[in-house]
Amino acid sequence: MAADQPAMLIHPLVVRVAHWVNVLAVLIMITSGWQIYNASPLFGFEFPPAITLGGWLAGALQWHFAGMWLFALNGLVYLAYGIASGHFRRKLLPISPSAVLHDIRQALRGRLAHDDLSVYNAAQRGAYLALIVALVVMVLTGLVIWKPVQFYWLGQWIGDYEAARYIHFFAMAAIAFIVVVHVIMVVLVPRTFPTMVTGRIRRAS
Amino acid sequence: MNEKFELLRTPSIANLERRLFLKRGLSLGALALLAGCDLTDQESVQRVLMAMSRWNDGAQQWLFSPQRLAPEFPESRITRPFPFNAYYSEDEVVEVDGSSYKLELAGMIRERKPWTLAELYALPQVSQVTRHICVEGWSAIGKWSGVRFSDFLARIGADTSAKYVGFQCADDYYGSIDMATALHPQTIIALRYGDEILPPKYGYPMKLRIPTKLGFKNPKHITAMFVTNEYPGGYWEDKGYNWFSGS
Repeated sequence: MAADQPAMLIHPLVVRVAHWVNVLAVLIMITSGWQIYNASPLFGFEFPPAITLGGWLAGALQWHFAGMWLFALNGLVYLAYGIASGHFRRKLLPISPSAVLHDIRQALRGRLAHDDLSVYNAAQRGAYLALIVALVVMVLTGLVIWKPVQFYWLGQWIGDYEAARYIHFFAMAAIAFIVVVHVIMVVLVPRTFPTMVTGRIRRAS
Repeated sequence: MNEKFELLRTPSIANLERRLFLKRGLSLGALALLAGCDLTDQESVQRVLMAMSRWNDGAQQWLFSPQRLAPEFPESRITRPFPFNAYYSEDEVVEVDGSSYKLELAGMIRERKPWTLAELYALPQVSQVTRHICVEGWSAIGKWSGVRFSDFLARIGADTSAKYVGFQCADDYYGSIDMATALHPQTIIALRYGDEILPPKYGYPMKLRIPTKLGFKNPKHITAMFVTNEYPGGYWEDKGYNWFSGS
């Protein structure tokens, strides 16, 4: 029976749990964030209320400031694990801009090989690293917007309250873009999906 | 390490793992169902969100430093015109008669004699150019002058070991703040905006200016204040906005 063939663990349990908790947390943060944005838009558009969370500003703020704990604590566990276990070093490094660009070009031509799911190609490494950076920027700018006086020192080197609002918005846009590309890639290479649930991939016999 | 584990992995262990995974899957499914129930049950979601908002009050109280000052700006950075904001529109601004006005005091205060405007104007005054941040996200810089609130609380013999200071306003607005913020050096009874007597749209005859809190925590047209240990709530807070709302 195929199921009895040895399977290789490619996504450790911590990573899988953190991934799905993050899916929920980021979904809460972004959709409630859109509703908050609508209360005082930075640009000449608003997000359609149907895709926002919270119903009105107070509701959205409640979701945002409840979701932030889930998002931040889960993120801390993930970062601590990724750094301490060597998971980041093994999976995301080495990485070079030329390799990332090369693999993105190959992917756009539909020629990017992805046979060994246990190794990320350079396009994946670039995307996942960018996502991690964007999520960290989200937390830092979020702290400055939430507590511009108590975290004034932080605002000093990432731009004060008003600048933090814009960076918070653009980091959200980057995250939304990476998530959309990520989901499209999973649809194109569907066998990657169960591995983020079971963590395992059957070895070719 | 994984390779080693793979070597030890006999068919029966693999079978056990599969069953464990199934079990885990089932409980995940049950959890999702539960979450689904919660998401459709507005009331329990509301309860969780309100509990988290109370938790966030505590977190903010813990983060709040009684000494850390809100940034002050040069007068050249003042936002002109400074935006009007209230739960009603600008043409509905309440007109308070300054000559008959009296600030009423109540609760855990030793000297509860009401204060006239002339008496308030005669107290030592301080100014600040600080940023007003609205819960909606926009911000504006303004200049306010008036009586340092901690001085006033000392003068009237307020029990500063109490938890809250509450406010009643002429426009039917009401609110409350924590004692630590009330005693913050930049919390002032604002009697002037810019260099003029506070105009009606900015809260004549007085508003509480608190640069360490969001705009809606700065009540205007205050007619009465009280010191208490019982949570007084507030106009927006009772509708779901976070009570501490510090910045």
